[in-house]
Order: sequence, then structure tokens, then C-alpha cells
Amino acid sequence: MTSRGAVNSGFSLWPETASVGAEQVDLVYLALLGLTLFFVILLGALALGFGVKYRVGRAAHRREVVHKTHLEVVWITAAALITLAVCLWGTYVYVDAVTPPPDARNIYVVGKQWMWKVSHPQGPREINELHVPAGVPVKINLTSQDVIHSFYIPAFRLKRDVLPQTYTSLWFNATRPGEYHLFCAEYCGAEHARMRGRVIVMEPAEFQRWLSDSKDLEPEPIPNAELAEARSDGHAEVFARYACGDCHKSGPTPEGPTLVGLFGQPVRLRDGRTVVADEEYIRQSIMEPNAAVALGQAAPSTMPTYAGQVDDEHLWQLIEFVKSLGADAGGIGPTP
Amino acid sequence: MTTLDAIILPAPSYLTAHWSLRSWLLTLDHKRIAMLYLTSITAFFFVGGAAAVLMRLELATPASDFVVSGAYNRLFTIHGAVMVWFFLIPSIPTVLGNFLIPLMIGARDLAFPRLNLMSWYVFMAGGALATGSIIVGGVDTGWTFYTPYSTTYANSAVFPMVAGIFVAGFASIMTGLNFIVTIHTMRAPGLTWFRLPLFVWAMYATSLVLVLATPVLAITLVLIAVERFWGVGVFDPALGGDPLLFQHLFWFYSHPAVYIMILPAMGVVSELVACFSRNPIFGYRFVAYASMAIAILGFLVWGHHMFVAGQSVHASMVFSFLSFLVAIPSGVKVFNWIVTLRNGTIHYKTSMVYALGFIGLFTLGGLTGLFLATLPVDVHVHDTYFVIAHFHYIMVGGAVMAYLGGMHFWWPKIAGRMYNEGWGIFSAILMFFGFNLTFFPQFILGYLGMIRRAAEYPPEFQLLNVLSSAGASILGVAYLIPLVYLTRSLVRPATAEANPWNATGLEWTVSSPPPEHNFDSTPVVTTPPYSYDAEKTAELEAVSP
Ligand code: HEC
Ligand SMILES: [Cu+2]
Repeated sequence: MTSRGAVNSGFSLWPETASVGAEQVDLVYLALLGLTLFFVILLGALALGFGVKYRVGRAAHRREVVHKTHLEVVWITAAALITLAVCLWGTYVYVDAVTPPPDARNIYVVGKQWMWKVSHPQGPREINELHVPAGVPVKINLTSQDVIHSFYIPAFRLKRDVLPQTYTSLWFNATRPGEYHLFCAEYCGAEHARMRGRVIVMEPAEFQRWLSDSKDLEPEPIPNAELAEARSDGHAEVFARYACGDCHKSGPTPEGPTLVGLFGQPVRLRDGRTVVADEEYIRQSIMEPNAAVALGQAAPSTMPTYAGQVDDEHLWQLIEFVKSLGADAGGIGPTP
Repeated sequence: MTTLDAIILPAPSYLTAHWSLRSWLLTLDHKRIAMLYLTSITAFFFVGGAAAVLMRLELATPASDFVVSGAYNRLFTIHGAVMVWFFLIPSIPTVLGNFLIPLMIGARDLAFPRLNLMSWYVFMAGGALATGSIIVGGVDTGWTFYTPYSTTYANSAVFPMVAGIFVAGFASIMTGLNFIVTIHTMRAPGLTWFRLPLFVWAMYATSLVLVLATPVLAITLVLIAVERFWGVGVFDPALGGDPLLFQHLFWFYSHPAVYIMILPAMGVVSELVACFSRNPIFGYRFVAYASMAIAILGFLVWGHHMFVAGQSVHASMVFSFLSFLVAIPSGVKVFNWIVTLRNGTIHYKTSMVYALGFIGLFTLGGLTGLFLATLPVDVHVHDTYFVIAHFHYIMVGGAVMAYLGGMHFWWPKIAGRMYNEGWGIFSAILMFFGFNLTFFPQFILGYLGMIRRAAEYPPEFQLLNVLSSAGASILGVAYLIPLVYLTRSLVRPATAEANPWNATGLEWTVSSPPPEHNFDSTPVVTTPPYSYDAEKTAELEAVSP
């Protein structure tokens, strides 16, 4: 066993502590534990003492009860002041924890059902892994492609909800190289429990090496992107990048209809209209899936909207790719 | 004269006055309506409990092997929704409140008996819709229905569940309204506000919250339906809505809802502690005002559910501070209950064991609430098992223990039967033990970082999860024992005395079970509440079965 933290570190009663902020949070937590212990022991001793002394059948001297209001006020004030002190200390630590230093290194993370996609401005992209240097403030910018997720690294005591069409962020200064859990803490659908990953904290020099080694690496292929893999004409990468192939395969699946042979054909919609699958229809399908749902598909559409996720450049490439799967296009045909 | 008296049979009780099914289903008697509620919420409790058992079975191993995640997600949704809306919220108000408020204030019935009956039908209609959603495929959103998942993405029977909760909300509003009017207008002569039992004070505070908060939930649920069916953008940003708006609206109701669950429990415990320590409640007015303070402050702390959701830092700071403040009146109550024991004569009857169990578990639940109100600690433990443990200490350790303590205390009055104290005390202690074994490890798991609502977890969390699952099976048994012996007591003749605990309060002046019309003549109150005298200890012992 090395001194490095590990994702599976075996049974323990205390989480790993791997950032400057985490140490602060632990101190506040310990103070609260102390406070709890104090009240539990105090109240427990009183209850136990009275409970034994005044139990039925025991000849204790029982005085007339008089309620002393000033006593009640004094103890309420004292207890309130102690606890409010902890509240204020906590707030102080919190303000620190949400204010990133201006020189923090930026990393972009997108959550989607059910994976974390990480982009380093220096080039490398990762899925469900996040490499960061130790001893350097790092700021993570978060957004979601679909529902609300929550980016959670217990070893840093950090969590932040990830919202669609909004950027939120958190920052940390990791102290200990090692591997740590990354969870999605906000329930986000069927495979929420599996939306897990690893945070890999490296020594700065090691991290630099990793950066330059993986600069030209594409992210791991997205699972099920069989359509994208089937063709290799430029635009396919964008299709793969947005994981369209998770749902759109060479034949219809429960996740979504096939796009093969779609372009240029008339499509009957749920609302009774029939439209031709032209560029505008495909654009609408991607950016406003609910505006036109094909007959036989569930409404509201289970296709996530890509409005705000797909920029104009990519939208155009996506449309071109769907076009290339059209009726008159060669290449892959419908599955037998 | 004496011969005549001897041949007049006692008036039939509310239980024996009529026998037909119709006389139950169309009754306007608050006591019978309470029994209708009792049977329904007991059924819902075991539905919700069964879901919990299946979840704990699944969580005994790190992989999702016992049920797949889709099924697990439906289980925790059912568990939460059924337990919150169809057991915890109605439990004490609709059963004990319905039964006791008129008796405690010396009234013939609630102010609006027909509204009371209607509330039960509305509640059952809501329950039918909600349980119907389980049959048509279940719901996988969690009881919190966070948007945009619930409106745009969830592929499950969200609508019937939401509709069921919406409908059941009206039952809550009807009950709350009925209680408020009754307590204001129907108190017996001499029964001033500060002579009211603390249970009535607690029900009054609860009713205010029910009437003020539930409409907000209703509106929120309608908006979910509007977005889900007509694609009107309210919460889904893809449609131009705001997902945080949903969370604000939802917690504006659901945080006060926590107090709907715990305030009545506090009321029950005040009655039990006073009676079984043969002492007036220490600082009666403080305890009464604390109920009102909790009801009011409870409306101002919803933002503590949203510290990591994207709410502004300043808002979070204010909500953190207010959440600390709301702990103060709860602390007052705990302290005053304990000091009530002092100079008393403490009888360890089943109800008292429940009450003491409540005080212990509620205290721990409340103190761990302070952790969650502290901003940086909440950032870490939000949406982990720490939160699960915390609110189960309040709602199960607190509200359910108090509900059962109250059921045991008033069972002679309700059913006219006593029960075996040995079994009673045994199951109360077993429950306390099973509860702690189930939920204490979850505090540790939460701080370790185990997220909630997940069928799978990293293997290093297994040991604590196994402990928790083992505790849950003990807890399950402990809940079944009272069900068995209380039900069985019904087959014996109704021989309970009018006042088996020698308790104060008007409900104990009528026979057990009470006659249909409650009081033969309107009682007149001349004494303060809880005029117990600790020196006179023999009375209670003499009547113990
Ligand atoms: C989560 C699964 C899912 C993903 C991911 C997904 N789609 Fe879809 N898509 C669907 C479903 C379901 C439909 C059918 C409902 C509808 O018409 O909106 C659909 C419909 C479509 C249609 C219209 C098809 C027709 O027959 O009318 C197009 C075009 C389309 N998607 C393109 C894409 C592109 C491009 C991407 C990637 C940017 C993508 N989809 C990603 C599920 C998905
Ligand atoms: Cu997620």
C-alpha cells in the first residue's frame, strides 16, 4: 500500500482528504461533532439521572415544580450563541470555498445521461476520468446536456449541481496524488448509480507529461456509436461526439428511430401533419425535438434537446451526416 | 332510584352504536372517521415499508443484483411518496387529531363533520391514483419530482402519481381548515387557549401549515402536468423554463411539510411525558409558543435544500442562518420535556418508553440537522446517506415513534381495550435498537460520500450497508408486533376504564370507548392543564393490567 489515495481503499470510517478545502470542511465537521456530543451527553445525563432518581417506587424527595422563566431564557441564549458561532464559521469557510482564485486552471465538464465528458483547453478530452495536477488551483466549469446532475468528489468535500443551459462551477486545490471517486449525486434517471468516474490527482510534472502525451488523443470511442464508426466522412465525428449513436442505430431500437433512409422522405407526425424530412426538419429534430415528433414515437420525445449544446458549426455537420444516411446514399443500409 | 339505575344499560359506544358497513362508510362521527383513516394509513405504511425492505435487500451487496436499477428507482420513489403523503403527513392529524381534538376541547364533533368525511374520500381517491401509478409501471423520479427529469425525460407513470398527490393535498387542506375552525370556536366554557392540552396547540400549528403550504404544492404539481403534456415551458430550460423554480416551489411546500410531520409528534410527546412523570409540562407556554415559532420559521428555510443547486451565495448564507434559528424552538421543547421528568414520579409504561425513545432520536435528528444547515458541510453531505439518516431520525425515529406512543396511550380510549405491557415495552425497545442499527451507519456512509438513490455503490461501503440492512429487518419485525397485539386486543371484551392512566384532559372523562355523542353534558373547565401531582403515585399503579 502506497501513501497515494486509491479509488477502492477498503473499509474505513473517515473519507479520504485530498484537498486544502477538504481539510477546512473536516474541521467544521469536527466542531459540529463536538457540539453534538456535548448536547447528547448533557441531555442524556439529565434524562438518565432524572429517570432513575424519580422512577416510580423510589422514595426521592420531590419538590413542587416552579418554572423559572429567566433560567429558561438564559440557557436558550447560551445554547443559541454556541451553535450560531459554528454557523458563522461555516459560512466563512463556505465563502472561501466558492471563490476561485483568479489564476485557477480551467477545465470544462459536461454531464449527460449517464457520463461525464471532460475537456481540457490544452486539447485532451476524457470520459469519466478527470486528470488534475496537485498543488494548483483548478476550476471546473459544469453544464449538462439533459437533466440536472451533480458533480461530486467526496475526497475534496465538493459537490455542485450541473444544470442544462447554465454554467456552474467549483474549484479545488488538490493536495494528495491518487485516485478518487467521482459521483453524480443528483438522481438523473435509470443509470444514475453508474454515472461514476475517477479523479486522478498527479504531481504537476507528471501531469504536464500526461497533457503532452494525450494532446492528440481523441476521447475513448463512445459506446454504441455504431453508426458513427460505420462511416468515416468527416462529419461522423461530430455525430459520435454528441453520442447520437447511443440512440440512433442502423435499425430502429427502443431508444430511437434509425436515421438511415430518412432524408428526403415524407414523415407522418403525431399531430397528424405530414412533412418532408428536409434540412429544417432535421434541425428541428435536434434543437427542438418536441416540436415535431414522428408518428409511433413517444411524446414528449425522449430525444434530448441539443439547443444550446450544439453550436452552428456542429449543427451543420450533423445535418450533413444525417443527409449522407439518406435514401439515395450508399454505405450502410437498413439492418436485415 | 337505585334499582332503576341498575337496569339502565350504559349507552353504546361509538363502536357499537351501529354495525352496518354503511354506518361506517357514511359516518359523520369524527371518531369513526379517525378509524377509517387509521386502517387506510396503516395499509399505506406497510406498502411503503415493503418497498423499503426490498431496497435494503438490494443494498446488502454493492452490485445491483437483487433488483435492477430501473426497479430500484421505482422502489425508492414509491417508498418516499407513499410514506410522506399517505402515511406521515396524515398519520397523527387524521387519526389521533380527528379522534381527540373534539374530546380534548369538550366538543360534540369537529366544526364540519361532512367536510371531515369528504376529506377521507378525497384522500382515498388520491391514494388510489398514487398506488395505481405503481400498477401501470411505477414512477422513477424520486418523491421530489425534480425537473426537467420528471417533466421531459422520465419514461414512467409520473402523471397518476402526481395527480394522486395533488388530490390527497386537498384532503390535507380540508382537515387543516376543520381543525382551525374547531379549535377557535368549539372549546368548552373555561377552556382558554392556555388551558389547552399541548397536543391541541400542536395540531393548531400544524393545521396552519397544512392550509398555507399545501396549495403551493398543488400549483407546482399542476405546472408539472402542464409542462409534461402540453410542453409549456415552465421548468425545462429547453422550453424556456427554469429548473430551479421547481425546486423553490417544491421545497417551499416540502420543508414546512417536515414540520407537518413533526409538530403533531411533539404534541403527543408532551402529553405522554406529563402523564407518565405525573408532572405538569415544564414551561407550558414556552412549549406552546415553540410550536407556533416552528410553524412560522419553518416557512423561511426552504433554501437549505438548494445550497449546491445554483442558488446565490447570499441566499444560501441567509437560509443557513435561518435554519439554525429554527433549531432553537425545537431545542426548547427537548429541554423542557427532560426537565419535566425532574421531581416527577416516572412510570415506564409502553407509551413512556416510546416517548423517551422519541426524545433521544429526535435530538440526534435535530442536531444532525445543524450539520446540514452549515454551508460547507452540507456541500459535502447533500444528496448522500447523511441526509437520509438525518431525516429518518426525525420522521421515523421522531414522528413514527410518537405516533405509536400516542396509539398506545389512547388505545384504551379508542378501542376500549388494554394490551400487554410486556409486549409493548419489548417492541418499543426493539424498535429503538433496530432503528439505530439501520440508520446510524448511514451517517457514516454519508460522510464517506455514499450517494442516495443508487442501487450500486463502491464495495468499500458494503460493511456499513449490511449493518443497516440487518437493522432494517429488526425494525420490520418491531413494527409488526404492535400490529399483531393491538389487533388481537380487539377480540376481547371492551373492559378498559374511562381513565386507565389517571391522566388529565377532558378525553379521559368520557367512557372508553366514548359514546357517539362524546359528552353527556358540556364540560366546564376550571383548572390549568396537566394538574398532575407527583406525590400521588399509587393511583396509576393500582390500575395497571
Ligand atoms: C436519448 C436518445 C437519443 C439521442 C442521444 C439522440 N436522439 Fe435523435 N431521436 C431520439 C428519439 C426517441 C427520436 C424520435 C422522437 C422524435 O421524433 O423526436 C429521435 C428523432 C430524431 C430525428 C428525427 C427522426 C425521424 O424519423 O423523424 C433526427 C433527425 C434525430 N433524432 C437526430 C439526432 C441527432 C443528430 C442526434 C445527436 C446530436 C440525436 N438524434 C441524438 C432519441 C435520441
Ligand atoms: Cu447524473
